[in-house]
Amino acid sequence: MPDDKIRVLIAKPGLDGHDRGAKVVARALRDAGMEVIYTGIRQTPDMIAEAALQEDVDVIGLSILSGAHMELFPRVIEALRQRGIQPDEVLLFAGGIIPDDDIEPLKQLGFEAIFGPGTSTEEIVRFVREWAARRPARAT
Amino acid sequence: MPVPTVEQLVDRLAAGDRRALARLLTLIENDTPEGRRALALLYPRSGNAHTVGLTGSAGSGKSTLTAALARELRRRGKTMGIVAIDPTSPFSQGALLGDRIRMQDLTADPAVFLRSMATRGALGGLAPSTAGVVTALDAFGKDVVLVETVGAGQDEVDVATMADTTVVVLTPGTGDDVQAMKAGIMEIADILVVNKCDLPNADLLARQLIAVYETAPAAKQGGWQTPIVKTAGALGEGVAELADHLEKHRQHVAGHARDQHRRAQARHQLLALARQRLLDDLIARTTADGTLDALVERIAAREIDPHTAADELVRDGR
Repeated sequence: MPDDKIRVLIAKPGLDGHDRGAKVVARALRDAGMEVIYTGIRQTPDMIAEAALQEDVDVIGLSILSGAHMELFPRVIEALRQRGIQPDEVLLFAGGIIPDDDIEPLKQLGFEAIFGPGTSTEEIVRFVREWAARRPARAT
Repeated sequence: MPVPTVEQLVDRLAAGDRRALARLLTLIENDTPEGRRALALLYPRSGNAHTVGLTGSAGSGKSTLTAALARELRRRGKTMGIVAIDPTSPFSQGALLGDRIRMQDLTADPAVFLRSMATRGALGGLAPSTAGVVTALDAFGKDVVLVETVGAGQDEVDVATMADTTVVVLTPGTGDDVQAMKAGIMEIADILVVNKCDLPNADLLARQLIAVYETAPAAKQGGWQTPIVKTAGALGEGVAELADHLEKHRQHVAGHARDQHRRAQARHQLLALARQRLLDDLIARTTADGTLDALVERIAAREIDPHTAADELVRDGR
């Protein structure tokens, strides 16, 4: 029975249109047996939070290459909170071009991990699976 | 934070809480005991929405047309649930659900609730829990629930067993008029759509369909004549006309015809679920005592034929 099926949202906030990385990650998670909702490029924080709500995802992965992550990621978190989704209820991770100095502030914000260029897809799959294995029960 | 009970979630759903709806959809989709309890509570509240199934082959433009139709229905003031189904991998059991890509602008509209589902091994064009998910969206109070099936070929007809109105989406260049006369998916159409009507041969396909359908007895639903609508989903062409036909069909099946239709659907659903439970039970018991594996060995060794083995399995497994 698939009652522990992991649902993942992969989204690209902001204006950069390079979604190769996001697609590679989406595909790797699919091949690891997860249900991946891919929403495409140029998503606003509200669109991402709304998709997360409607699809009731366990995991949200954001991909960004434009450099606007310190601007957009807090707004995604805020949009989630507005809909009653607290950052500790879902697994948040991000990937793309993100300077080392920004990693700690993003973790403070609620991101569990930041994956830079060169990360293997196996590492991301393992990361999600390990989280799923230790997460608390959600609803009855 | 305390974990909410199913009863609390249903109360919140009734009060219009979209997060509670989303949580309940997950429980229903995973077919947990809580999900079944939720359905038992939600079912009496459902039955008011107009449920519309859209089916057709992969690449026929279902998602784009569904999005265009949703926009048109929103202009007419209808609130809406959309269930979009994509395939589960037979190898990894994972799925890539990409229907939201075509429906970006609808995400910002609070009157639209879009849920993606994976088929999770079901073969009829729907996911195993689609009917339950539709029930929950209906109980939530949506005026219309659109169900977009996984890309369907000739024989994935399950959507007709749960929709009030079934729309079959065709595109030019995918077969001659004999295809249109074949049994299966063409027969379940209450409305036929020739999508991508800006492509060459769209008129030819529409004429072929008209020729087939005009000579067919309109007996399926008390005299309903299946209309043939030309659309270009990506351009928004013909979508208002499609919405008009949906409304006409809704009125056509209102009242007695609808009760009959829903009774037939109820019978189908009941038997499908009962069949599944009996089968699951049989498999569990004959797996546990080794009967199943023993029979498999004997069939593979040509000691017994599959029919006789099935008779034995059912008899011994009782």
